[in-house]
Amino acid sequence: MNMLRRHWPWILAFVILLAIPFLFYDWSKGRHSGFVLTLMSEIGVMAIFALSYNMLMGQAGLLSFGHAVLLGMGAYCAAHVVLLVKAGTIWLPTELVPLAGGLGGLFFGFVFGWLVTKQRATAFAMITMGLGELVSAAALMFMGFFGGEGGIPVDRVMNTSLVGVSYSSPWQVYCLVLVWAFVAAVLMKLQTQTPLGSMANATRDNFERAQFVGYDPRMVRLYQFALSGFFAGIGGGLYVMIYEIVTFDTVSAAKSANALLAVYIGGAGGFFGPILGTIVVVLLQSGVSLLSNAWLLYVGILFIVMVMYAPGGLIGLLFMHMPIWRAGRMRELLLPYARAFPPALIVLLGFVFLVELTSFTTIGAAQGKKFSIGGNVIDTTAPMPWVIALAMLVLGALWLRREARGFRERWDDVMDGIKRQGAMS
Amino acid sequence: MLQGKWLAVFSGLVLAIAGCGQASAQATIKVAYTDPLSGPFAQVGDANLKQMQYIIDYINSKGGALGKKFELVPFDNKSQPSDALIALKSATDQNMPFIMQCSGSNIAAALIDGVNKNNERNPDNRIIYLNCGAVAPELTNEQCSFWHFRFDLHAGMKAEVMVRALPKETTKVYLINQDYLFGQSVQREVRNYLTKLRPDVQVVGDELIPLGKIKDFSPYITKIKASGAQALLTGNWGPDMNLLIKAGVDAGADLHYYTFYAHLAGGPTAIGAGGDNRVLSVMSYSENVAPAIGNKEAEAFGEGFRAKHKFDFSAAGFRTIFEYLQAAVNKAGSVDATKIATAMEGLELKDFLGYDTKMRKDDHQIITEYFVGTFKKGTKYDAEGTGLGWAPTATILAKDIDQPNTCKMKRPGAS
Amino acid sequence: MEVFVVSLLNGLVYGMLLFMLASGLTLILSMMGVLNFAHASAYMLGAYFAYTISTYIGFWPALILAPLLCGLVGAAIEMFGLRRVHRNGHIAELLFTFGLALLIEKGVQMTWGLLPVPYRVPELLDFPLFSVYGTHFPAYRAFMLLISALMFGAIWLGLTRTRIGLVIQAALTHPDMASALGHNVPRIFTLVFAAGTALAGLAGVIGGNYQVTEPAMAFTMGPIVFVVVVFGGLGSLTGCFIASILMGLIQTFAVVFDVSLADLLAKFGFTVTSGTPFAEVLNVTLPRVGALLPFLMLVLILVFRPRGLMGTRDT
Repeated sequence: MNMLRRHWPWILAFVILLAIPFLFYDWSKGRHSGFVLTLMSEIGVMAIFALSYNMLMGQAGLLSFGHAVLLGMGAYCAAHVVLLVKAGTIWLPTELVPLAGGLGGLFFGFVFGWLVTKQRATAFAMITMGLGELVSAAALMFMGFFGGEGGIPVDRVMNTSLVGVSYSSPWQVYCLVLVWAFVAAVLMKLQTQTPLGSMANATRDNFERAQFVGYDPRMVRLYQFALSGFFAGIGGGLYVMIYEIVTFDTVSAAKSANALLAVYIGGAGGFFGPILGTIVVVLLQSGVSLLSNAWLLYVGILFIVMVMYAPGGLIGLLFMHMPIWRAGRMRELLLPYARAFPPALIVLLGFVFLVELTSFTTIGAAQGKKFSIGGNVIDTTAPMPWVIALAMLVLGALWLRREARGFRERWDDVMDGIKRQGAMS
Repeated sequence: MLQGKWLAVFSGLVLAIAGCGQASAQATIKVAYTDPLSGPFAQVGDANLKQMQYIIDYINSKGGALGKKFELVPFDNKSQPSDALIALKSATDQNMPFIMQCSGSNIAAALIDGVNKNNERNPDNRIIYLNCGAVAPELTNEQCSFWHFRFDLHAGMKAEVMVRALPKETTKVYLINQDYLFGQSVQREVRNYLTKLRPDVQVVGDELIPLGKIKDFSPYITKIKASGAQALLTGNWGPDMNLLIKAGVDAGADLHYYTFYAHLAGGPTAIGAGGDNRVLSVMSYSENVAPAIGNKEAEAFGEGFRAKHKFDFSAAGFRTIFEYLQAAVNKAGSVDATKIATAMEGLELKDFLGYDTKMRKDDHQIITEYFVGTFKKGTKYDAEGTGLGWAPTATILAKDIDQPNTCKMKRPGAS
Repeated sequence: MEVFVVSLLNGLVYGMLLFMLASGLTLILSMMGVLNFAHASAYMLGAYFAYTISTYIGFWPALILAPLLCGLVGAAIEMFGLRRVHRNGHIAELLFTFGLALLIEKGVQMTWGLLPVPYRVPELLDFPLFSVYGTHFPAYRAFMLLISALMFGAIWLGLTRTRIGLVIQAALTHPDMASALGHNVPRIFTLVFAAGTALAGLAGVIGGNYQVTEPAMAFTMGPIVFVVVVFGGLGSLTGCFIASILMGLIQTFAVVFDVSLADLLAKFGFTVTSGTPFAEVLNVTLPRVGALLPFLMLVLILVFRPRGLMGTRDT
């Protein structure tokens, strides 16, 4: 009972995540939406990946540009294991394929880690970048292990399940991803409380003192790197289960960049930050890219805005409200928030409108697409839409500025009040 | 406390995004199209999309199929197989009967695999994969599938076209290809057909280069020069081809460049006037073909595109695709993937230039005429406003490239 | 012999182009600690600016104006963006430039289209300067060599002979000390960032028509520049110069030598057959991996000598 009371958020999250696909259930045809399931499975994999990346960046302060190498090597190992199981050479329950990926990731994490953890800071970042480039080039050149450009296709239906599931439908795979994602997340959360986790923090914060205490920072980095490889490898194993193919883009620099972006946008400070960031990044990449040609522009703007105004990431923004929440004074912020919302929305809409107008006149028009809102086709060459978009952007920005000032005052008031309260009690 | 909050945010976001994925009534025949539409290779998908849209408008004006119009639904796959597979899921969610993809054999292989598995696991919701440009020979040989139809010649056939177009005087050739599946198969096939068709030609150099990594090709040109080659045969595409030819032209090397992809969007601009009469490309169509064979209608069709988009029309192959779709859907009598695929097998049509084409039943590989164009001044239609255009120098008819295949097709129901 | 001479020249040209790009990044990275992912984007912007300017008033004004424009863009980025982000740490700065790179790429696609633009070598320089054993050496390449040599000289003189140069040098190696001595370090930062961006822009102007001016050019040029900078070592312009030339020559000469590890082993009486373990790796020839050698060298040098070739402090 005590378990339930302490860990109810985890359980609630699990139940909600299990329920979300049913919101998109196609009752008329009696099937799940494959797109939503795949997208959510992708979020699961990338969340594990981002969390494992945060073991390096958040915990140990190591900035890696080649983390996808570990994900990809894990995925390749898992794919080979699946092939072996299919061929009947070895026997492994389908549910444990991600573990095979994890062990692969651990192995390569150790091998590569031996090389890269000799350095830290910028040198570490650059070695991992070089390594990433080398591995992704090798993945194209060597057919034996990597399967060249075509990658390694596998069939996830192996009939070796422990619970009698065939894993032929995306729904079954999604459940598997969900379970593994929770297992991995819990393990990584626990890892932050182990001596190794604490020492990783120590080497990040004060390199010299960690040495004085008697730990070899190099070994701390190596173990942390290998462990993070283990979890990235689990992600790779799940990747194999979802897509049933591993290709060289799993080791590419673009994948590594995704992890970095997810962690930073979500916030490296809190344990759940990377998960939040992953959700945003995946939805931007796979969701918004379906809607807009200019999605890369939005990604770019989002990073710039986040970096400039919310360096702590999304989780940092949430944490800022913690003291106010604890003092029970969130209610006082409701009105300022409500007042800032309309101008913020207008600015956002104005900006999106402007970008889409530009995108449609330059690229979209050439592709024969028409810009329509609610079924009304908008003539991008007429001056009117441009004037409206610009007006929304400028007026909205001015209004937002005013509201923001009011909001700031209110915020400071509340914070001051809380501090005074704290001082008195 | 906090966790509850972020979950709310999360579910809100998911709701917002997925709301857009819901299917509408099936009033049109939807064709999912997936290629890179953003990022460094965006121009590939962009150029294809324009031409397909133009062709679909034309086909629809001719009545579509079964009284329904075709509709193209683009998905950006960012050159990544995983994103292409997500697009496939989207397409099957909306019961689209077709998914089309042109660029990248790695993505094609992933799609064939994905389509096979989908059709096996969901017999009530099958989908046909239309391949409009992924040319690895394996796709219609070892990996051939009942659900995959290739509407472009594969690398082996293109290699044969290239070798057949080599003039008699050329006896020394140099091969440069990209070091991955496609480049390696071009290398193998070109060598193969050289020994078969032109035993007099000597391969004086044969090289693989890492994909997209080389910024300066001058050292290769030096090496080629030193080898005494008269012609350079390459399957390179993108920067690897542009920079290679540019370096050769800059060095004033007395070479002819036989390419697979110099005519694609961006190639002519990058090569420029220096490539006059030196660069040849194996192509499915050039606007100068129509006036050369005196086909007024085909010429007008290309001119219509030029007038609309201020850009060259090169993708006659896409028109063949939609004409096949039209014919197959009409023949099948319903928009059902299995029936359409069966109807498409062995279908024979005259393409809009008036040549015979057929969708070979054994391996679902189209057999169509192909051209070799020379990039030179004084053509009727120039390419990308460079003042130079692709003059057709050789026409290889469908019957000449009907190469054998090793496909063992598995058809549904007849296991 | 002929191959050697021509390769040497080509290697030099490519190396000098790399140096133009890398020198700006070295200044920025060593002084400000910013891993500037938008540096190659400045290279691309330079090429596109030069293309547009040259269609109106010709190549020669573009040679001056385009880098200046890039410099202005750089100054604006530093003053309104980076300075604000600076207090949030280096990773924030890095991500800021990353976002900027995406923004610039999309902006270029929207402004100039997705296809390459016909940015050509000016007619005045479009002739073969001389022929080495039948291979032309285009005059434009000599011009590139000249420009980059002039630029190297100018930077060197600027850094060693002018007051501001000396302050920059001081800030390069001891930023805190320079600040403590009362120099306006933020202004120097802006200056250095603008200058670095302008140098990248200049590289774009002369590199854009030597290669192909297209939206992907930043993406393909990005990683190699980092390799050169880190290999050369932080805080050392000379190291950067040597690294650039070395990378240019290595990539050029790797193409010429058609050997593999298997050939090397054969010299020691050990034949590699398809049954040998790692036969696939051993049979890879040097030209196939030539373009990857810089990355291999980067990894090796950082493992054994983290300060790079001539760096003044650890990376």
